[in-house]
Amino acid sequence: MTATPPQPRVNWQAATITGTDAENARTRTLQLQVPGWPGHQAGQHVDVRLTAENGYQATRAYSLAGAPGEDPALTVVRAEGGEVSPYLVDVIQTGDQVELRGPIGGYFVWKPGPRRRPVLLLAGGSGVVPLRAMLRHRARLGDDTPMRLLYSVRSPEQVIYRRELAGQADRVSLLYTRTTPPGWPRPPARLDHTALAGQAWPPEQAPLAYVCGPTTFVEHAAGLLTDLGYTPADVRTERYG
Amino acid sequence: MAVISRGFTGRGQTSNRLPPGQTLTTGFPVLTAGPTPHVSTADWNFTLLTETGTEHTWTWTELRDLPQDSPHTDIHCVTGWSKFDTDWQGVSLDILLAEVETNAQFAQAYCHGGYTTNLPLADLRGGQAWIAHTFDGAPLPAEHGGPARLLVPHLYFWKSAKWVQGIRLLEHDQPGFWERAGYHNYGDPWREQRYWND
Ligand SMILES: Cc1cc2nc3c(=O)[nH]c(=O)nc-3n(C[C@H](O)[C@H](O)[C@H](O)COP(=O)(O)OP(=O)(O)OC[C@H]3O[C@@H](n4cnc5c(N)ncnc54)[C@H](O)[C@@H]3O)c2cc1C
Repeated sequence: MTATPPQPRVNWQAATITGTDAENARTRTLQLQVPGWPGHQAGQHVDVRLTAENGYQATRAYSLAGAPGEDPALTVVRAEGGEVSPYLVDVIQTGDQVELRGPIGGYFVWKPGPRRRPVLLLAGGSGVVPLRAMLRHRARLGDDTPMRLLYSVRSPEQVIYRRELAGQADRVSLLYTRTTPPGWPRPPARLDHTALAGQAWPPEQAPLAYVCGPTTFVEHAAGLLTDLGYTPADVRTERYG
Repeated sequence: MAVISRGFTGRGQTSNRLPPGQTLTTGFPVLTAGPTPHVSTADWNFTLLTETGTEHTWTWTELRDLPQDSPHTDIHCVTGWSKFDTDWQGVSLDILLAEVETNAQFAQAYCHGGYTTNLPLADLRGGQAWIAHTFDGAPLPAEHGGPARLLVPHLYFWKSAKWVQGIRLLEHDQPGFWERAGYHNYGDPWREQRYWND
C-alpha cells in the first residue's frame, strides 16, 4: 500500500456559507468560502467544527463534494437525532460561519494515472459524496479513464445529485435496496455478487475500486469485490461510521 | 477569536473523560483503508523481530497459553469518536517483550493486508499495550481486527493495529501507513495530535 502525503499543514480556519442547495428532503449541499483555500484532491475530506454561543464545540468529518479546482462544498445528509448534521441541513444559512480544517486524507483519493486503470466507484447512501467528486474531476479534465459508479440507495427520494448523475447514465447505475421507481427493471435488493459481477470491471483489467458509505455497506461491498477477484490493495475504502 | 456558528447549540455535554474534539459513541465505528482480511486462528501467529534480526514467534495456541489480562479502557478514534468502558482480553506486550533482548527505541507493527503503524517502544511497555483477541467477552470480530489486534488505548486507535502479524523493533523510527499519509507520528488524543504538525 502506498499513500501520497497531503499538504503538511492543517489548521482550523473560518469558513463562510456562500450558498445552499437542497439535494432532497434530507440532504443539502453547502457552498463554502475559505480564504486561502489550498485546493484539494477528489476523495479528500475536511473536519468541520461548530461552536455554540456558550463555547460548546462539536466536530465531524465531511467529504469534499466538488472537483479539485472548485470551491469547497459539502453535501450533508441529516442523521435523525444527530448533533451536527440536522444543524447543517436545516438551520445554517448563507452568511453563517463554521470552522474547517483540511483538506485531509492522502489515500482515499483519485487522480488520473498514466495507466488509465479502470475505476469502479461503489457508494452506499451518503458515501456517494467523495465518489461524485471523482466523477466530476474526470469530467472536468476531459479524462478518458474508464470510470463507473454503482450507487446503492434505499429509495428514489434518497438519491443525491439526481440530475447530475442522470446526465451520465452510461457511467452510473442505481441499485435500490427498499423501493424502486415505478417500472424499474430490478426489484429492490441489497447489492449482491450477481449485481456486482454484472457491473464491475473484470479483475483482469487491473481495476481500482473506491468504496464509501456506512460501515456495514463498506464491509459487505469490499468483501464482494475481493470475492470477485479484486486485489485487496486496490480496493480503497472510506467508512462513515 | 472564536467563530460562533449561529443557532448551533449541540447536545452541550462535555466530559473531562472526553479528549478535545471527540464525540462519545455507543457504537463501534470502523476505520480501515481497505477490505477486511479474514485470517483463521490456525494460520495466525505473532512475531517480534528485533533490531538484530532475531525472531520470536507465538502461534495462536501459544499466545492463549500465556497469562491473560482483561483491560477495561476508553478508546479514541482520530475520526472523532470515543467509546467508554470497553472490555478486552489479551496478552500484555510486557510478557512478550520479556522474551526478547533489544536496545531498540522504536516499534512498527505490521499486519495482514499490508497495514503498518509505528510508535515508540516505551509506549508498548508498562502495562499500556496488549495483543487483544477478545472484545466484550466474545472473539474479536474480523472487521475490528480479529483474530487479534494490537491494543494501545492511550493513543488514537489507528495505532491499535488490526490483524496484527508482528512488531519490528527498530533503532530508528519508521512512519507507518497513516503516519505517511498525513496523520500524526505519535497520536496522543489528549494533545489532539491528529495530523502532521498538530
Ligand atoms: C471521513 C468521513 C467523511 C464523511 N463524509 C460525510 C459526507 O460527505 N456527508 C455526510 O452526510 N456524512 C459524512 N460523514 C458522516 C459524518 O461525519 C457524521 O457522522 C454524520 O453527519 C452524523 O453526525 P451527527 O452529528 O449528525 O450525528 P451524531 O450525533 O454523531 O449521531 C449519529 C447517529 O447516532 C444517533 N445518536 C448518537 N448519540 C445520540 C444521542 N446522545 N442522542 C440521540 N441520538 C444519538 C443519532 O440518532 C444519529 O443518527 C463522514 C464521516 C467520515 C468519517
